[in-house]
Amino acid sequence: MIEAHGLVKRYGSTMAVNDLSFSIRPGMVTGFLGPNGAGKTTTMRMILGLDAPTQGSVTVGGRSYRDLPAPMREVGALLDAKALHGGRRAFDHLLCLARSNGIPRSRVDEVLHIVGLQSVARRRAKGLSLGMGQRLGIASALLGDPAVLIFDEPVNGLDPDGIHWVRTLMRELAAEGRTVLVSSHLMSEMALTADHLLVIGKGRLIADTSVDEFVQSSSQQSVHVRSPQAAELAALCRDAGATVQAGTGPDVIEITGMDSADVGKLAAAHGIALFELIPVKASLEEAFMELTQDSVEYRAAGETR
Amino acid sequence: MTGATIARTGPDHRAAFRASTFADVLRSEWVKFRSVRSTFWALTVTVVLGVGLGAVISAAAAHGYAKSSASAKLSWDPTGVSQAGVAIASLAIVVLGVLCISSEYSSGMIRTSLIAVPKRGRVLAAKALVFAVVTFVVGEVTCFAAFFVGQALISGHAPHAALGDPGVARAVVGGGLYLAALAVLSVAAGALLRHPAAGIACTMAVVLVLPLIAQALPDSWRNPVTEFWPTQAGAQLTSVYHSAHTLQPWPGFGVMCLFVAIVYAIAWTLLDRRDA
Repeated sequence: MIEAHGLVKRYGSTMAVNDLSFSIRPGMVTGFLGPNGAGKTTTMRMILGLDAPTQGSVTVGGRSYRDLPAPMREVGALLDAKALHGGRRAFDHLLCLARSNGIPRSRVDEVLHIVGLQSVARRRAKGLSLGMGQRLGIASALLGDPAVLIFDEPVNGLDPDGIHWVRTLMRELAAEGRTVLVSSHLMSEMALTADHLLVIGKGRLIADTSVDEFVQSSSQQSVHVRSPQAAELAALCRDAGATVQAGTGPDVIEITGMDSADVGKLAAAHGIALFELIPVKASLEEAFMELTQDSVEYRAAGETR
Repeated sequence: MTGATIARTGPDHRAAFRASTFADVLRSEWVKFRSVRSTFWALTVTVVLGVGLGAVISAAAAHGYAKSSASAKLSWDPTGVSQAGVAIASLAIVVLGVLCISSEYSSGMIRTSLIAVPKRGRVLAAKALVFAVVTFVVGEVTCFAAFFVGQALISGHAPHAALGDPGVARAVVGGGLYLAALAVLSVAAGALLRHPAAGIACTMAVVLVLPLIAQALPDSWRNPVTEFWPTQAGAQLTSVYHSAHTLQPWPGFGVMCLFVAIVYAIAWTLLDRRDA
């Protein structure tokens, strides 16, 4: 259980996280979703006691992270897989972390086995591939067999096989009753892994909902119509309360707020010929973009959505 | 990927775990310290420079003794000559001390370390203690080896010193203590500045450059500097003879320790307050 109350982080004049409140429950994978620069990593850093909140508080299991008596046994975290000394062997990297929390040496071998890195345990960290580094980071999070797990973009740099492995692992960890928080900027990834979603943009909470609800509520449906009498149909639809936008050609319109059956009946009633009548369902990715389009931090010049 | 279970028992059925202690953090820092190659190389350089350079300087000085002036003979200090290499070797200790924490900042390891041990003061204390103890042991070995090798090379060409002579044993043992204090200073400076190059440059300046600049100043400025400058004062513990405007061995070392404690306290406070 992770709980945040009115969390604020300000760096100079930049508001990285703005009045964030949430609670993350055990037994499910919670996806922490937002565009780059939305404040996901900053929030995770505050959960883990690396950054002090400007205002508000966040607790893990009812306690502030810095007050946990054996933090690695309660919380396992992977923030940045490259955050290690490149000259240290993978085994020694895990051993020094295990020692700091009184975790026995045998557990280091166990987690190396879980992530499939036994064969490179003696290799120095800088000699590991991106994917192996990510696995090493996950191994360190599992060292203390913790009830709460926090992963920042865990599938970065993994091949399809590795991505599948991480997804399965997250689901298994949640199924064992653990609290699992996973951040990503990819909606499609979250749709496959998460049960619940926290969506943030520009440091603010945009949605706190189940994945299914999120898809239903925000996936906008529209109807694509091609007709020689497009202008006439557009006027009729507007009268019926729908929103109509010009399409890709003079005879194409996009109608929202009306389903395809109603558009078809309306056209028939007025003797309007239709060449195309296609219901268009927004993908998850589009739903996410629509939700966060006002909160994207960096956008290429001239790019509009 | 593998059929291994993640938990041995599952999170709800785990045996009650004990709280992490300072001894755990010490063990962790010891693993960190011994598992990187820079440790081995820096300590090797310390011993080789300390003993080797001391031997070369001892041999050269002993051969020049017969032809030197009467006043030079009067201030002949066989202990100081044999320990001359240790002063240079101390620079390797500074580099390793600064690196052992600032490299965690440059690699990002510090975030991993502070997530594992969020009571940050423990990380700094464990690092400083592990490095100070290792430096003390290596320092004593180096100083004694340099002393015996140096005196063996001096004897027969010039008057040599024995451990039983007044102040000699204290000066040789003091070499290891001086290096250990320098070790704590370097770790604190590394934590304070968080950047390897900045940390090494600043600590070198304190140890080496500023005292040299002081030599160019007029007496009224130079004397208090040579007397109270922390590393100059601390080095009094390592010399048998004491010139004018220097502190006595133990008070001098006390001044250095006080300075180290102040820098350490600032580093500790900032480590605790700053975002990592």
